[in-house]
Amino acid sequence: MTEIGLGHYLSLGAIIFFLGILGIFLNRKNVIVILMSIELILLAVNINLISFSIFSGDIVGQIFTMLILTIAAAEAAIGLAIILIYYRNRGSIRVEDIHGMKG
Amino acid sequence: MIIHSIFFYFFSIIAIFSSLMVITSRNTINSVFFLILDFISVGCLFIMVGAEFLGMIILIVYVGAVAVLFLFVVMMLNVAEQKNSWFTGKETKHIHSGLIVGNLVLLELLVVVGGWKYKDDLMSSSTLVLSNTSNTHQLGLVMYTDYILYFQLAGIILLLSMIGAILLTFRERVGVKRQSYINQISRNPSSAIELKDVESNKGVKIDD
Repeated sequence: MTEIGLGHYLSLGAIIFFLGILGIFLNRKNVIVILMSIELILLAVNINLISFSIFSGDIVGQIFTMLILTIAAAEAAIGLAIILIYYRNRGSIRVEDIHGMKG
Repeated sequence: MIIHSIFFYFFSIIAIFSSLMVITSRNTINSVFFLILDFISVGCLFIMVGAEFLGMIILIVYVGAVAVLFLFVVMMLNVAEQKNSWFTGKETKHIHSGLIVGNLVLLELLVVVGGWKYKDDLMSSSTLVLSNTSNTHQLGLVMYTDYILYFQLAGIILLLSMIGAILLTFRERVGVKRQSYINQISRNPSSAIELKDVESNKGVKIDD
């Protein structure tokens, strides 16, 4: 209990990953919260990579964490731009209002 | 070691609570603030476990750039006051499917973590923390030599996302006067200047 090992960090990553997926599926509000849930999932992946990197003594996991950070920033910028132009065209970004490709 | 575990539980409980609040708060602004709290606590965990450089990068990039970008967009779109209606809405099938998928993924992760037998010496002898070069030094030694290609590809991806975001949100406004260098340079005196004979007590009408 008092000895914090790899398992604790992996459990923390698993719980945050679970909450991120739950946020994507349970969301009825707007698309921005879905983007935030994706950020949570990427954060959980980062926790896993860094804890493996530290506890197995290999620096490469931290390199990949930095690359994931880059991708997360790019994804947030593009996603928010898409949300912005969607709101400008339709006037709403509620999840249930976005059904343009439903047919 | 007891201090380490106390701090671990403190930060991880804050991280789990705030990520729960991200997906359940009624106000989107509150979600963004809890996201910032989540990033900060996970960054503190990274610093605590020995990855100082990435903890600081989390604080700078996520909290300083990404979360503020979210906040900016939420405030610009005026969607903060849309109420969340999960359990009172007419369609409840989202909840069932979401719970099923989420529980399955959590179960899989628990099985993977629980079934994985790790060695004790792997845990205790972390060579990265014990070595006398700093974390940033080690990262730099590897990143700019072995992983230079991936580093540069990440830069190209950032450039692409910047151009994409600018192109997506750019909009040409009508009725806005702009400075046109081509028109300014290509003027000559014959087209720009007109000489008129002004009669006395009459005046001349210009700019018609």
